Amino acid sequence: MIFEKVAEMLADYKGIDVSTIAPESTFADLELDSLDVADLVMQIEDALGVNIELDPSVTNMAALVKRIEEAKNA
Amino acid sequence: MKGRVALVTGGSRGIGRAIALKLSSLGADVAILYAGREDAAREAVGLLERQGSRALAIQCDVSDYRQAEAAVKQVAETLGNVDILINNAGIVRDALAMRMSPEDFAAVVDVNLNGAFHMIRACLPALVRRRSGRIVNITSVAGLMGNAGQANYASSKAGLVGLTKAIAREVASRGITVNAVAPGFIETDMTGSMAPATLEKGISAVPMGRIGSVEDVANAVAFLAGDGAGYITGCVLKVDGGMYI
Repeated sequence: MIFEKVAEMLADYKGIDVSTIAPESTFADLELDSLDVADLVMQIEDALGVNIELDPSVTNMAALVKRIEEAKNA
Repeated sequence: MKGRVALVTGGSRGIGRAIALKLSSLGADVAILYAGREDAAREAVGLLERQGSRALAIQCDVSDYRQAEAAVKQVAETLGNVDILINNAGIVRDALAMRMSPEDFAAVVDVNLNGAFHMIRACLPALVRRRSGRIVNITSVAGLMGNAGQANYASSKAGLVGLTKAIAREVASRGITVNAVAPGFIETDMTGSMAPATLEKGISAVPMGRIGSVEDVANAVAFLAGDGAGYITGCVLKVDGGMYI
């Protein structure tokens, strides 16, 4: 559920087809630089009402979704 | 600058007001933030509106992030998203370091440096999304060469130079430029209240032999905030008559 929501937001942000985004897609695959990730995460925080902790180990969609789930359950 | 929205902190008086008026004269709509002098802020808004700009004044303590964030939101709702941010708000609490209270050191850094970061932090998401913008931080030659009796002020202004360069690197890829202007000895309320001998001594340190005007500073800021400076970022432009070479 969260993955789908994040994928939709990302697809909208980058103007790409949502079907091209998979859990294992890395930010590099998706051509997201660090500013894109920071901006996207802020939008996700606003949309889901959570505070997401990011660090360099979060490099793909699955890891990002895991962080969001942790934030929602905190 | 027609159609652009500028936000000038400390914009009701002195250098900040001159910057606000200059940007307005070039077509920008202008919001000013002020700390306490409502009469001065109202007067500034009147001058801006007479120049044909939409204008807004908001009381804001920029050292408080929540106030800074709320002010940026109010500007966006009233005039539109900020395109040009001028961090000019600053205070002085001069004393020799051995007589300076830790509170006075912290208070100056809180407004002059932390306040600028707060404003940048609040404005950046919208600027990054739009992939354009201008940020100009008003530092001081005191931050470059030091000034006895101003350990707090000089530290805050030197910190602004580092802040300028760090943010410039972070957002350069998004078409946002971040620069600093470093005024030297400028004619303001503060210099107006100086003893003639002190004023004379200050001017003697300026190779060009005269005090600068607030318009001298505003012209430099307008250049960096304009389209002509699109390939300039991370620079510190001195407006000091050669005081620090």
